[in-house]
Amino acid sequence: MNAPVSTAQLLYEGADWDFNTLMRIHDACEVVAVRDLGLDYYTNRIEIISAEQMLDAYASTGLPLFYRHWSFGKQFAQHEALYRKGLRGLAYEIVINSDPCLSYVMEENTATLQALVIAHAAFGHNHFFKNNRLFKEWTDAKGILDYLEFAKGYIADCEDRYGEIAVERVLDSAHALMNYGVHRHHRRAIDLRSEELRERERRAHDEQMYNVLWSTLPERSAGASAVANDVEKRRAMLQLPHENILYFLEKSAPRLAPWQREVLRIVRNVAQYFHPQRQTKMMNEGCATYVHHRILNTLHAEGQITDGALLEALHSHSSVIMQPDFDDPRYSGINPYALGFAMMEDIERICREPTEEDREWFPDFAGCGDPMPVLRHGWAEFRDESFILQFLSPHLMRKFKLFHLQDDVAQPVLRVDAMHDERGYRRLRRALAKQYDPAWTDPDIQVVDVDLSGDRRLVLEHRVAAGRLLEEQEARQVLRHLASLWSYDVLLREIDPQTGASLREHAVSPPR
Amino acid sequence: MQILDRRLNPSGRSLPNRQRFLRRAKSLVQEAVRDASAKRDIRSADEGGEVSIPLHGIREPSFHHGGGGTRDHVLPGNKEYREGDEIQRPPSGGGGGGSEGSPDGGGEDAFRFVLSREEFLSLFLDDLELPDLAKRRLVEGSDPAWHRAGYSVAGTPSNLSLARTMRNSLSRRIALKRPKPEAVAALEAEIAALEGQPGTEDKIAALKAELEIQLRRSQRIPWIDPIDVRYRRFEPVPRPVARAVMFCLMDVSGSMTEEMKDLAKRFYTLLYIFLQRRYKHVEIVFIRHTHEASEVDEETFFHSRETGGTLVSTALEEMRKVVADRYPPSDWNIYAAQASDGDNAAGDSQRTARLLIDEILPACQYYAYIEVGRDGEHGMPGFPRGPTDLWRTYEQLVSAGAPMAMKKVRNRREIFPVFRELFAKRGLLEEAKA
Repeated sequence: MNAPVSTAQLLYEGADWDFNTLMRIHDACEVVAVRDLGLDYYTNRIEIISAEQMLDAYASTGLPLFYRHWSFGKQFAQHEALYRKGLRGLAYEIVINSDPCLSYVMEENTATLQALVIAHAAFGHNHFFKNNRLFKEWTDAKGILDYLEFAKGYIADCEDRYGEIAVERVLDSAHALMNYGVHRHHRRAIDLRSEELRERERRAHDEQMYNVLWSTLPERSAGASAVANDVEKRRAMLQLPHENILYFLEKSAPRLAPWQREVLRIVRNVAQYFHPQRQTKMMNEGCATYVHHRILNTLHAEGQITDGALLEALHSHSSVIMQPDFDDPRYSGINPYALGFAMMEDIERICREPTEEDREWFPDFAGCGDPMPVLRHGWAEFRDESFILQFLSPHLMRKFKLFHLQDDVAQPVLRVDAMHDERGYRRLRRALAKQYDPAWTDPDIQVVDVDLSGDRRLVLEHRVAAGRLLEEQEARQVLRHLASLWSYDVLLREIDPQTGASLREHAVSPPR
Repeated sequence: MQILDRRLNPSGRSLPNRQRFLRRAKSLVQEAVRDASAKRDIRSADEGGEVSIPLHGIREPSFHHGGGGTRDHVLPGNKEYREGDEIQRPPSGGGGGGSEGSPDGGGEDAFRFVLSREEFLSLFLDDLELPDLAKRRLVEGSDPAWHRAGYSVAGTPSNLSLARTMRNSLSRRIALKRPKPEAVAALEAEIAALEGQPGTEDKIAALKAELEIQLRRSQRIPWIDPIDVRYRRFEPVPRPVARAVMFCLMDVSGSMTEEMKDLAKRFYTLLYIFLQRRYKHVEIVFIRHTHEASEVDEETFFHSRETGGTLVSTALEEMRKVVADRYPPSDWNIYAAQASDGDNAAGDSQRTARLLIDEILPACQYYAYIEVGRDGEHGMPGFPRGPTDLWRTYEQLVSAGAPMAMKKVRNRREIFPVFRELFAKRGLLEEAKA
């Protein structure tokens, strides 16, 4: 479009590519990423895979290696059926939060798509993984691949020793509780490598210390030690209330075998690894989309890719960030790519050409000229919920024509509570942020008590927010899984957090 | 930065997961397969295909909010709403089309996926078995199995037996007195210790000579000599192969309509698929008959028309000849399926029964008789139709204990159930009877 460029400078021409092309594209992207965007990322590893392998990767939640379970087979079958019918395309890439950072790219992609994907995943997501506070605190990028290898081997080993069915039963139960297998508040960076070592050592130690003489000791007579039946003391000893149900079971369930505890631990660690991704989906995609947009435009401006290539990239780009209106049949929630990218661009606009309104709302950085430090700070220190609270501007709310609908099932009508106007901005922003907060979207369920000296019944509480009770049938199914791990009765109380009144109770006994 | 090509990695990484899934949902999938196969065309009976199973059997439950309470939706694309507006609740699907409006309401209640041909057949034929044990027989030209047979001095590097080679090397080194590295080192140390001390020149010289000899010896005598090397040896052992031949006998006289032939064909196809899964090598012989019988090819068998009377015994006689000529019962597993509308010439029953009892049944693994008729033919008001001649003949044989099976088929729909009944596992059948 501007100065004519000589083809000698072009990274590639046409749709075909080979390894050298990918190498050149990567290096060119790297120059822009470092010089213009100041990104900081893990070393890249790009792996080329076929469509079938992409389906494989889908089935195991995007991880390159994972233990075996029927539910992954189910997902694979589902994706495959949709893919074969042409109802759904495949993603261009999958990227793994690991060090080195793994990006899987499809062999079918054209050279332009590969450039887009490399800029998006290998630089955008990669930077986000390395710098975002949640990922830093909760995941161990260096250890994850080794840990997955260990987990896969461990579970396969258990299947050999105890049978597929027995292992499957534990995994089923653990999966049902997976969302309640994460620490939300304590802060401890987990070191997966030592995790794996610890398990090996413990097993070796057990085997070494085994002495058949111990089994000949007479059993200690029951009731010898007087059990202090003090509820407070018991709760303190068991660290109750506990929000991490899987952790609690792993440590305190009375009748689990050591290998079963280890399986729970594996599921829990995987859940923990994915926990930051759930909380930063919108930002993460926004960051990656913004990065690929900037990089590809820069490459074009420097004459490294052709006009046609840029148009092809923009075509993909704009279909990714498409946001249908709420009354559109295609609408299925707010598109994280659309909102994410729009917020990043909006921050760039506020830095470069702020309006009076922006200066009033964002006095810290409006008109500062260079958006990159602001963005990098945002990407590092926030998650979706807080990012929206901090950075969503009135301009963007108007652009998206957002409005807040209150839906009280007791009322016959829905009420428009706030919209994109002067009086509504802050309320609207708070309501939107809330939708990205797992503490609000997930039911708040905790282990509150257990009668270890009596009938060993486990008591859980669901602190009901805004009158939203649990879906009863599935809740009972999950509780049945919970009871089978706990081995004794389980009671779930749904209580009103204000009054403490019990709204509903579910009691389940373990399967015999 | 690294680029790796993973495309050549072994595919089917999720196969174990798929097998676990199919095992888990086996009863559901099997039901779906039966339903699907009842509906579909026989020609595509052995293809894979999409099946759908009820979702509740394979759901993975989790805690989530049910209906009730207050929800908030923030939606894009406002057009006319103002703050405080009230909107009628949409009839279904929660509020305003919000995605998280109704996690309980929407969603499909059936799970659809595609089964491969192999999976489809193994599920379909899962609880069927072949009557009687298969005869195995050594056949020329079948690929042999390789068995370990000691060691040899020649072979490919991949078959190198390291343990055996090193054992040979060690015994040779001991026999030839190759000095150990430690012995050489000890000598050198001794020389170094004596060096420079007065009055030890002679001893040093002797030691040096000794060292010289030792060093030369260890150079001459190699650590591993070609004569040490041993390879694992394998010997080809012929593998017994089970072979089967399937005889299709059919009445092609004028009373057999195209429709009836089609029914028979469906049955033969199923039998063929079934045999193919159990035997490496399956041959088919088509014998058609009117008042005389001949062996023909498939095309003629199913499609050409003949006229004449009906003599079932001629077909059995022809089959006996073919068996005697080409398929000695000691080498072949013989299966026969006969399809007919049940007509037979009045005087032929005796002969048919005798041939079956004396010649055919002893040679066969299994003999099935399918009587085909037109849909709705039986039980027509005013035209009560008793059992046919052939049916009566065979019924007497069966009640006398002859090892054969007989069934009536009137409709395409019945082919699968009848086939399943004929080949149901005996244990299951007896259980069902008990």
